[in-house]
Amino acid sequence: MTPDLAPDLAPDLECVDLVKRFGDTTAVDNVSFTVPPGSFFSILGPSGCGKTTIMRMIAGFLEPTSGDIRIKGGSVLDVAPNKRPVNMVFQHLALFPMMTIAENIGYGLRRRGLPKDQITRKVGEALERIGLPGIGGRKVDELSGGQKQRVAIARCMVLEPDVLLLDEPLGALDLKLREHMKVELKALQAAFDTTFVYITHDQSEALVMSDQIAVMNHGRFEQVGTGQDLYYRPDTPFVAGFIGDSNRWTGRVERTEGEAIEMRTDSGLVMRASGAGLKAGDRAEIFVRPESIRLASSAEALSVFDNRLQGTVTSILFNGAASRILVEDGVGETLEVTLPQSGEFAALKRGDAVHIGWGSVQGTCFGRIA
Amino acid sequence: MIPTIPQSRAFRLAYGGYVALFFLYLALPLTVVAVFAFNDSQFPSLPWEGFTWNWFFGNERPQIGVFHERGILRAVGTSVLVAGCVAVLSVCVGTTNAFLFNRYEFRGKGLLYVLMLLPLVIPGIVLGISILLFSSTLANGIWDMAEIDVQAFRPGLLLVVLGQFSFITTIATLVISARLQKFDRTLEEAALNLGATRLTAVRTITLPFLAPAMIGAVVVAFLMSFENFNTTLMLVGSDAPLTIAMFDRLKEGSTPLLNAVSLLLMLGSSLLALVVILFQRRS
Amino acid sequence: MRAETRIGFILLLTPLVLWLGLLIVIPHIDMALISLRERISFGVYEPSLAQYEKALTEPLYLRTFGRTAVMSVLATAITLLVAFPVAYYIAKMAKGRLQQVLFLLCLIPFYVSELVRTFGWMILLRETGLISSLMQWVGLADQPVEMLYNDAAMMVGLVYTSMLFMVVPLVTTLESLDDSVIEAGYDLGGNGWSVLREIIIPHAMPGVVSGCIVVFMLSLGNYLTPTMLGGKDSLWFTEMIYNQFIVRSNWELGAAFGFMLLVLSSAIVWGMLRLTGRTLQETMG
Repeated sequence: MTPDLAPDLAPDLECVDLVKRFGDTTAVDNVSFTVPPGSFFSILGPSGCGKTTIMRMIAGFLEPTSGDIRIKGGSVLDVAPNKRPVNMVFQHLALFPMMTIAENIGYGLRRRGLPKDQITRKVGEALERIGLPGIGGRKVDELSGGQKQRVAIARCMVLEPDVLLLDEPLGALDLKLREHMKVELKALQAAFDTTFVYITHDQSEALVMSDQIAVMNHGRFEQVGTGQDLYYRPDTPFVAGFIGDSNRWTGRVERTEGEAIEMRTDSGLVMRASGAGLKAGDRAEIFVRPESIRLASSAEALSVFDNRLQGTVTSILFNGAASRILVEDGVGETLEVTLPQSGEFAALKRGDAVHIGWGSVQGTCFGRIA
Repeated sequence: MIPTIPQSRAFRLAYGGYVALFFLYLALPLTVVAVFAFNDSQFPSLPWEGFTWNWFFGNERPQIGVFHERGILRAVGTSVLVAGCVAVLSVCVGTTNAFLFNRYEFRGKGLLYVLMLLPLVIPGIVLGISILLFSSTLANGIWDMAEIDVQAFRPGLLLVVLGQFSFITTIATLVISARLQKFDRTLEEAALNLGATRLTAVRTITLPFLAPAMIGAVVVAFLMSFENFNTTLMLVGSDAPLTIAMFDRLKEGSTPLLNAVSLLLMLGSSLLALVVILFQRRS
Repeated sequence: MRAETRIGFILLLTPLVLWLGLLIVIPHIDMALISLRERISFGVYEPSLAQYEKALTEPLYLRTFGRTAVMSVLATAITLLVAFPVAYYIAKMAKGRLQQVLFLLCLIPFYVSELVRTFGWMILLRETGLISSLMQWVGLADQPVEMLYNDAAMMVGLVYTSMLFMVVPLVTTLESLDDSVIEAGYDLGGNGWSVLREIIIPHAMPGVVSGCIVVFMLSLGNYLTPTMLGGKDSLWFTEMIYNQFIVRSNWELGAAFGFMLLVLSSAIVWGMLRLTGRTLQETMG
């Protein structure tokens, strides 16, 4: 945090109390974070949460209302976008259609005034690195979506930026290619050993690739942590709801004992869960992940769980390994429960009676304001 | 150099100033023409002699207004007649051309398409003289063969209409083609599937879809014909359309009467243009 | 069904062929033929190259021809230089309402007859005109200044008259350039000049070419502006054509002049297309 750290110890990117207002709306509200060298940092949030605004401020296309942006310890606020040691992979890539691939990749090098032979060599190396040797003479529109993606990254990486910004670069690709590019991006990041700052609204992209993820909502960071942190230990109801699926109940806290909480839901069920800072009488909300819920054919098998319900299967959502069932409980609520693929429930069908249960530590409870 | 790239204040001011100057340049000649239509003097120039409506409504010499000036009124009538004919003709042919190029594959299509574009790159005056020459070749030929003088082939309104039609049709074709290309052919197939004949399908589905472009083309063709000068100059006979009539008067020296006519022209064409723009925005 | 398609095809082909054949192709062939003959006596003609010989040996004709070409190229270049920043401003700097209004403001003057526009410049520039009066009033001149009837006045008029045909294609192509492509240029280290040269201008090239072709054609074929603003000494080739046809009634020489103008304009259009590797269909259609 201290700016007088030796340059090699300073984080690659540091944002301090960053604020951006457009008229009356605050797009980015006092955001601070640091990105250590060589890491893959994602900002994850729904569209309109302000993540693109942060990225454009880092790149220099927007000026922050207040706060500071430091790269390798030095503030870049007064540095023009074309002089900043950050490069950006744009949402729709923004490859230059009037140039060949080699000209695209060599563009930044030409701006630095490198001699021709060096540019040619570096461009060749970059193409090699992204696994597309020999395509330098082609036009942009002759490449497939995945190839363009890699060229866009190579175009930035030849400049050896301190930080590479990626603005939802996978958004335009189809599902299969997107899955593939996730793995490839992570591998490229490791190969180039450069700090990536990646923004996306797709949680799976963020979870798969990132070392650190910041979840953003309404201009603020809700939580910063590893994928596991966010998934298993969400700090806020927004994070719990935004990352992964959850069954939710709202109700009133009846008893607390340390972190253990007993809540009566609005539908009349009594549930046990864990959560901090709550007291009896508070309005609260419990989140339980479908895969945390155990499915059984008899109540005895669930005796270790302190939340148990009985219900009927209303539908089976088959989706391979991610198959789920919908269970309607005694009070008419529908729960999503992951269907184990061990074969035990292969014969399950609509209308069957089932028992479900989960431990109180699997349920995360947050207080609700009013 | 887009708003998101930081630029110095001086640069932005200079750029804004340049653009403002440009629009001043655009507005200046039209503004003076309009203003001097109200000058109570024999000349459309300073000094300003006071405001008057006489150049529009006056009916006494020396200030005879537009609405009492026989020559001008007759020229307007001629122009409207010519422009109407040209608009209707060129939009009809433009529509058939659009269908031909959009729906049929045939040998020589590429060549015909280039030929269709050519009138745009032929100077208007050359178009005019080539048609003038050809029509008199025809007229002379007929005279030699049958001793009949076909007045229609001598300079006059028919040639003016044909001359303007010859290049305005290209524009109409382009305007209508652009819209026809956006047409979803499956709509026509759906109509056929629901029992329409081919012609009915075109009439009930495709033509209504094309209507905005066709109306737009009519107005554009009308305006282009109304203000055409070069081609008309070479083909005009005794009945002069408005631009030619004004040109003749301008050569003899101008009075604010010409300003008044010009102002009415501006108002008329702006109004037409605005109608088209609004109409196209709505559909 | 096949027969029906065939009839439809023929019905659609007929107007096109009649139009192009009777009004474009045959008249131009006829013009070429007439330019290649010489009048021996009343109604008696003989094939000859005399007209072209006359046109190419008479210094006045040749000078006018060359001057018209050079001045048209100059007018095109000036129009491009003036229009480009404005088109860029409309396409990329102005946003929303302002953009629409500016674009409309560019269009409106050109719905008005060229004659009116030229008339406006005459009122401004002539000896008793507005600018002359203004200069006297400010004290820049002590007597009326004649600003009409010279090449500068003619150039102002030519540029003014063709402006729209440059601005519109430029705005259209520049608008299609994604902002992020410009940003990427800066992000990778480019400055204003290099982004302009390597990204914006190459992208705008189709618009530049079609704008230049149309403006060049309009300048070359313009009659009104050189006559009214350039005056007696304007030496514009279209005036020569007009004089041969209407004043001298020497149609053979006039036809030769017309043909020369056509060849000149075709050559320059063709050259421009070749230079940029584009086709007429792409540029005009």
